[in-house]
Amino acid sequence: MTARRLPTGGLIDRSKPLGFTFDGKSYQGYAGDTLASALLANNVKLIGRSFKYHRPRGILSAGSEEPNAIVELRDGAYREPNTRATTAELFDGLTAASQNRFPNLKYDLLSINSALAPLFAAGFYYKTFMWPAAFWEKLYEPIIRRAAGLGRNAGMPDPDSYEKSTEFCDVLVIGGGESGLDAAREAARAGGRVILCDETAALGGQSLSDGKTIDMTLPENVTVLTRTTVFGVYDGGTYGALTRLTDHLQVSSAPRQRLVKIIAPQSVLASGAIERPLVFGNNDLPGVMLAGAVRAYIHRYGVAPGTRAVLALNHDEAASTIPALTAAGINITGIIDSRTKTSDHLKTIAFAASAPIFTNATLNRALGKLAVSGAEIMLRDGATITLPCDLIAMSGGWNPALHLTSHLDGKPAWSEGIAAFIPGELPPGMRVVGAAAGEGINANIQPLWQSGKSSAKAFVDFQNDVTTTDIKLAKQEGFASVEHLKRYTTLGMATDQGKTANVNGLALLAQAKGKTISQTGTTRFRPPYTPVPIGALAGAHRGQHFKPKRLTPTHDFATAQNAVFIETGLWLRAQYFPKPGEGWREAANREVNTVRNHVGICDVTTLGKIDIQGRDAAKFLECVYTNSWTNLPIGRARYGLMLREDGFVMDDGTCARLSDHHFVMTTTTANAAKVMQHLEFCHQILWPELDVSFISVTDQWAQIAIAGPQSRDVLAKLIDAPFDVSNAAFPYMAAAQLTICNGTPARLFRLSFSGELAYELAVPARFGNALAQALTEAGAEYNITPYGTEALGIMRIEKGHPAGPELNGQTTAHDLGLAKLLSKKKDFIGRALSARPALIDTARPTLVGLKPIDGVTLLRAGSHLLPPDAAPTAANDQGHVTSAAYSPTLGHPIALALLCNGPSRLGDTIRVYDPIRNGDTLAEVVAPVFYDPSGSRLNA
Amino acid sequence: MRINCPHCGPRGLEEFLYHGDATVKRPADGGAVPSKEWTDYVYLRENANGPHQELWYHSAGCHAWLTVTRDLSTHEILSVQSP
Repeated sequence: MTARRLPTGGLIDRSKPLGFTFDGKSYQGYAGDTLASALLANNVKLIGRSFKYHRPRGILSAGSEEPNAIVELRDGAYREPNTRATTAELFDGLTAASQNRFPNLKYDLLSINSALAPLFAAGFYYKTFMWPAAFWEKLYEPIIRRAAGLGRNAGMPDPDSYEKSTEFCDVLVIGGGESGLDAAREAARAGGRVILCDETAALGGQSLSDGKTIDMTLPENVTVLTRTTVFGVYDGGTYGALTRLTDHLQVSSAPRQRLVKIIAPQSVLASGAIERPLVFGNNDLPGVMLAGAVRAYIHRYGVAPGTRAVLALNHDEAASTIPALTAAGINITGIIDSRTKTSDHLKTIAFAASAPIFTNATLNRALGKLAVSGAEIMLRDGATITLPCDLIAMSGGWNPALHLTSHLDGKPAWSEGIAAFIPGELPPGMRVVGAAAGEGINANIQPLWQSGKSSAKAFVDFQNDVTTTDIKLAKQEGFASVEHLKRYTTLGMATDQGKTANVNGLALLAQAKGKTISQTGTTRFRPPYTPVPIGALAGAHRGQHFKPKRLTPTHDFATAQNAVFIETGLWLRAQYFPKPGEGWREAANREVNTVRNHVGICDVTTLGKIDIQGRDAAKFLECVYTNSWTNLPIGRARYGLMLREDGFVMDDGTCARLSDHHFVMTTTTANAAKVMQHLEFCHQILWPELDVSFISVTDQWAQIAIAGPQSRDVLAKLIDAPFDVSNAAFPYMAAAQLTICNGTPARLFRLSFSGELAYELAVPARFGNALAQALTEAGAEYNITPYGTEALGIMRIEKGHPAGPELNGQTTAHDLGLAKLLSKKKDFIGRALSARPALIDTARPTLVGLKPIDGVTLLRAGSHLLPPDAAPTAANDQGHVTSAAYSPTLGHPIALALLCNGPSRLGDTIRVYDPIRNGDTLAEVVAPVFYDPSGSRLNA
Repeated sequence: MRINCPHCGPRGLEEFLYHGDATVKRPADGGAVPSKEWTDYVYLRENANGPHQELWYHSAGCHAWLTVTRDLSTHEILSVQSP
């Protein structure tokens, strides 16, 4: 049995001893302990050092409101800083370490900060370390972080796994204490689904701390989630909760925590109340505890947190601490009742325990260096006496834990009767019961916001080291509204969110201003109620699982061909296919050369494909594309341009007419979903009268580009007779449905992104991989090569086709040289606003080509364009390089750019300026189509 | 937030995309000239403190565009209809 463990009692299992270490030293506790209760049982009172002043700190509370006993849990990659010892369930082998101490907990050199306190007063960040400015980042901030640093990050990827779930119920009950259990039973009687959450491991709430027996039975339709904190209330009856699945186990391969989204039209908040500390000198010394916590350690954990106690209170309920102390064999040296008249209730209980009562007296300060050794009491006549003790149990009353009621902006209301904030306007569907509603707490309370008159530091916010002096100073300096007070002093802004601090702070501010608390107001609360690990919010969506991965139908083929893949949106596409010894540039250049001289294939499945059908399909296309469609013959495709309604280019692509009422549209890879959404909008909202419907078939059809002068020869070997692919029968921009490879249905389009004679062949997605293999075999005699996005990109730049970098949402049809596609005969999306003067101004940056004057210097996308002799300033900026490549076809670097007055400046010299990457070279402005400007190769 | 899709039932916010004001009407003049009517249609929006009719797209569901009446000061959804 350890030093302070009681021989009997408590909800711990004395037959299950658990070993653990704190700051490297081994201790023993029992199943059912928290780290805090086990440390107290071992008479370890000094747990950490405070944030600013490095003052010794112990254990204040027995719950999630703890501001002092903040530790690092576990080791190595599992290390978690800033966890509350009061909520960490003990397991065998648990390792914990104190924080904020240097070099060790007992002898902290930085406690000199306490002597430098004037430097660290409210707003010290803003007042000190201001000059010179450069010193902030390099000197002051690192020093402050070292001194004030919270726990250490593990510095390694989190090895734990997390999961998410969504639960639905009719009534959600938050809090498993007496009121919550009552509410759950009542709700369950109506027959619906009830979920009951409690943040601790056991139901019972405060009754466990008070040693009370309550009705714990629950009907079957109540789902109990223990170790589950409901941390947030969101719109529409949505609640955020976190279940700690395996935090209480030593080793587990199961997920550590689960983020639970709970959908509940009705909820009952039964979150109880949080006890208020008294604000007196040195009230942060280890050994000063909340009275309710003292009862919890005695009744729930079988621990006597001291041997001699002083109990300070200002209401009747704290009197229940007296029998608890007596039962634990703790001698009571004094009961300090700050009220002007002690109630009979307290008198009776104190009398039974033979404990002396000091009425109308206050705690002046705690005495002791690393732990409480006495209490200085100010009597009603102003005289002070000292009472010996190693435990100060204090209660300034209770604050309803109403945080969740204010997540949707509900403002708590001040109740004079119980001297506490009670829930104001509630989130829709929420009801509050028990102590959370202010019921049954603070009987006969007489508020006491500052206890005694000691000049010793009296802490209001323990975790952020905010004292009474800071609050007065903030008020003096004009930061007198609650919101300003909070930000200036950092009151309530630590990881505990001021659960024990806020009300005392507001009350002291009100006092300093000479106003009432209701006049002074309160801040509201935001989620989360207690900290939620980022890992839990991420769930399984981390690393490569952050987003879904879409594989093209020819992925296996590409892998077998040694492809290097690149992410384009969700898609994984082949970037290039290196042969032994080739880097990306050599591979891409070879692929381009092979396509330009022979033939190559490229998976283009990722382009969005939308099947459009209906009597008004052509009419609908007229609405969404800028150019005309009703005159497109069956069996032909056309390039189309879409604008947004504000007149800027949204997307481009081709659209083929397969029959009178049937079109197949392609979109860019990036905009596939956006275009689909846009079409749905145009149809459902703007032109619902049109008879047209559409569906995305991107995943249904595998599409492969076959490009190069020998593409027709390769294709001809696969196509079933009698289909004729000759130039006359199937010219440029032709489209057809046919069969290939003895009966496989297919769609063939004579489209070219590369500028060569080219086709796109689509087959049902499941045949995509086989098609790539069949084409490779058929093209073997022509040296066919697969090519990736690098070669694709080089060839489109050689041809001056705009793509993503040019369709950047800020360019118009004029900018891209596509003004001829703006029909003058019809309405279309974006027509009106594309004609705005500023959008057709020829001085706008417009698409041009660039080639380096020296013929060798690579131009880089993102470089700025400047007149050759102009200073590199924003005022002289005339555009930028959008896409750049080395052209293996032309043998020199090329680029596409948007240049002011571009088309009228062909032949000019321009400075290509890239200061971030030390690029500064001259280039000639040329037409954007570098290769085969007449298009003769397309029509071959 | 939850939206009660008339086709799919009540679904979480993450299934929907927001578009904006449902009451603006696209001018019917064919759009030959960039008039004030057009700039108002594209750019001008009321920022109502109270009920607001707005368009949402059930992108991860039935692809229906929905007219949702929502109180902008409380996020309360008052009605959901097919436009």
